[in-house]
Amino acid sequence: MRFLFKTNYHQDVRLFKHGGQIFWYAALAVLLLAMPWLMPEYYVSQLVFIWIYAIVSVGLMILVGFTGQVSIGHAAFLAMGAYTEGYLQQLGWPFALSLTFAALVSGITGIIVGLPALRVKGMYLAIATLAFGFIVEEGVTRADGITGGNSGMMLGSLDVFGIAIDSEQRMYYLCLIILVLCVVGVMNLLRSPTGRAFVAIRDSEVSAQSMGINLAYYKTTAFALSAAITGIAGALYAHKLRYISPEQFTFLQSIELLIILVVGGVGTIYGAIFGAAFWIGVQQLIVIAKDWLPPAIGQQTGLQPTIFGIILIAFILFEPMGLYGRWLKIRTYFQLFPFYRKGMFRRQKSYMKSERMK
Amino acid sequence: MKPLLQVERLSIQFGGLKAVENVSFDIWPNEVFSLIGPNGAGKTTIFNMISGLYQPTSGFVTFEGEKITALPPYEIARLGIARTFQNIELFEHATVLQNLLVGRHCHRHTNWLQDLLFTPATRRAELQFRRTVEEVIEFLDLQHYRDQMVAGLPYGVRKVVELGRALAMRPKLLLLDEPSSGLNVEETEEMGFWIEDIKHDLGITVLMVEHDMGLVSHVSDRVLALNQGEMLALGTSAEVQSHPDVVEAYLGGADEDQPASTGAAA
Repeated sequence: MRFLFKTNYHQDVRLFKHGGQIFWYAALAVLLLAMPWLMPEYYVSQLVFIWIYAIVSVGLMILVGFTGQVSIGHAAFLAMGAYTEGYLQQLGWPFALSLTFAALVSGITGIIVGLPALRVKGMYLAIATLAFGFIVEEGVTRADGITGGNSGMMLGSLDVFGIAIDSEQRMYYLCLIILVLCVVGVMNLLRSPTGRAFVAIRDSEVSAQSMGINLAYYKTTAFALSAAITGIAGALYAHKLRYISPEQFTFLQSIELLIILVVGGVGTIYGAIFGAAFWIGVQQLIVIAKDWLPPAIGQQTGLQPTIFGIILIAFILFEPMGLYGRWLKIRTYFQLFPFYRKGMFRRQKSYMKSERMK
Repeated sequence: MKPLLQVERLSIQFGGLKAVENVSFDIWPNEVFSLIGPNGAGKTTIFNMISGLYQPTSGFVTFEGEKITALPPYEIARLGIARTFQNIELFEHATVLQNLLVGRHCHRHTNWLQDLLFTPATRRAELQFRRTVEEVIEFLDLQHYRDQMVAGLPYGVRKVVELGRALAMRPKLLLLDEPSSGLNVEETEEMGFWIEDIKHDLGITVLMVEHDMGLVSHVSDRVLALNQGEMLALGTSAEVQSHPDVVEAYLGGADEDQPASTGAAA
């Protein structure tokens, strides 16, 4: 068990709380940097998908996990990012500029989608974002002058500051760098007034506004940031796939993104990354398992959704804190060994809540 | 000297129900002013109108001479009015420290972009916030709970954390909605000492709603008794408690067996 002896306030503000953390994150960084040489190209390509999904999840986590606003239309922001990037690349914009612009387009759309959030909550907000998702899906199909409609859009080869991203390895580093930047950005938010305002809105809107938090402003900011990060992921997604079409950005994809958050653990950045890794990982396992399973099961078309459904139900029933919660428990077990008690993470009974005003 | 807060002929109607009618009072700087009255008298409703959560049907509130009735709640908080809630509205899934830091929100001067990049300005502001919050922690003896999640804290401690969060705002006026509800005798007594310290040491004016007459008479400079949304009596604690209308409101009609002086203590 580690006891932190705090002697100045800088320690509460730092990203890394103690030397152990720096050591382990450094070790992780070395491992991640070495990964493309240790693995066959196919798996490197899967890791790229994990990074891209992790970026989306971190973006969605701002909205769902930290600000407590639901969105089941996030695939639409992914689409906005992807198509903006594709279109601007055709116009010959450099990547740095088109990526920024993709984030901006998504972010501004996020503000517009966030407007209903100022009036409606919970279920109704979910439906409003769902409607937005359908509008974008339909819009992308119809605007075939820009998007190529149902026949889709091909992306040219990617070039970042003169470096051609022509191999999985390079794509891996590009996505990893952007993921790390996004994560650090969100961590910065969380240790500053903006992030605290998000969490305050999630936990109690009434007292948040009584603390001087402008609900409208921060909800809109959360939507904008979440959408912008998702847009960045969309741009990378487009380059990873090289070909985008409307059926990649459906309602089901939005649901998948939410499942990633629940499985990973809502309300933490770790959760977003664990969830993304789990999601891509399990898909691979299912592909491998198909060869081993008897054809009657292995060749069923509904095998993958069924397995995901079961996993989701199992998580909600047995581990509501997601993979991150499980990780916390395992870590605590070893930190306290042999004093870990079974009920340590049991949820406390919550006290009475006041009748909500407004 | 000018009053800090002026409530002028404040009324609110919910449908046909007149929850508060024609309530007027002034709060002077550095006093403890209590609102008492039976359940449903409109005490919390008045609080919600002052802090901007409800819009009064008629009448208005001024704070330091400025009309605040039409302002949204966050603007009112920024002017220096902090509040606590009857049933505790803390941010459950955050630590005590984070809860208190939210109290500094209205003093922020960085924007989201600076926060995203964690610029030196943000860092400086954070350290300053942290220092102010530590003063509150020390003031309320919350050192043990600093890094604990609110969701796991006992009720009495939450009550203090909520008070701390309001104090972290460094307000000019503090609205306390039933500070002693759910507390045991010792905790209530401690709350009384804190309210006195808040008044004397921090120089913050306190407006509170309270049922515990022991606490009210201990800390209040003036007391306003309400019943069914109307003002009954205004004066010192002893004056109000012996006022015949107050006794009647609490006990339901003049009762020969009941000496008036102890009546309102129920």
